[in-house]
Amino acid sequence: MNERSLTLALMDPPYESANSTTALRMISAALAQGINVNVFAYEGAVCLPLKDQAPHANPVKGTTVEEEDHPTTKAFVSSLLAIGKDSPRLTWVNCGLCVDERGASNVVDGVKRGSPADFFKMASESTNTLVIPTR
Amino acid sequence: MTRYIFIESRDPFESRDTRFVEETAIAVKERGHNVTVFLVQNGVLAARQSANRLARLAEAGVALLADDFSLRERGIKPEELAQGVHESGIETLVDAIAQANTKAIWH
Repeated sequence: MNERSLTLALMDPPYESANSTTALRMISAALAQGINVNVFAYEGAVCLPLKDQAPHANPVKGTTVEEEDHPTTKAFVSSLLAIGKDSPRLTWVNCGLCVDERGASNVVDGVKRGSPADFFKMASESTNTLVIPTR
Repeated sequence: MTRYIFIESRDPFESRDTRFVEETAIAVKERGHNVTVFLVQNGVLAARQSANRLARLAEAGVALLADDFSLRERGIKPEELAQGVHESGIETLVDAIAQANTKAIWH
């Protein structure tokens, strides 16, 4: 059977939409099934792997950083890139212009910089493509 | 025959444009294609029998799946699901859209 591959286009910034959670779940599920995944992060989604994200305490509940165990999207992306470092492979491309607009160049290892031309190439070479737009 | 998978993430009580998915899915089904609507996030609020939102899709023969994670997050139990709606997992969705001749549309 031929290798399967999925391309996902993400647009939502972290911590604002359930779309991000669903997208990360889909990437995880695809890798678990041996499906290669390409991600093209566009607009606010380029901040998903931003290295400057920091877990925080919760002063309302009185919990410490450790007790809160706040999940960051950069940690999820790092984990997924580690799982998808070889076969199946996860390729994560951040839109370069979107990165520059947001000053979001300090990203976790493994994230590449690219352009919509990369998205076109990934989509052309994939079994299927799913665009998850913002509203 | 092409397989169409509509991924509905929106709450039908908040977004009236969920009718777009209903009408399009039925129209595509009537043209002889295999059609699935996968409910996720607030989209699963339509899956409750009490919501009475999916009868037309079920009657048209559209396969109706609801994401288990989204159901659990919202406290919706399997016995509350409308007739024709089946609890499913994100891995089922991923496997389905990673097939040739399949169109995946997110709403």
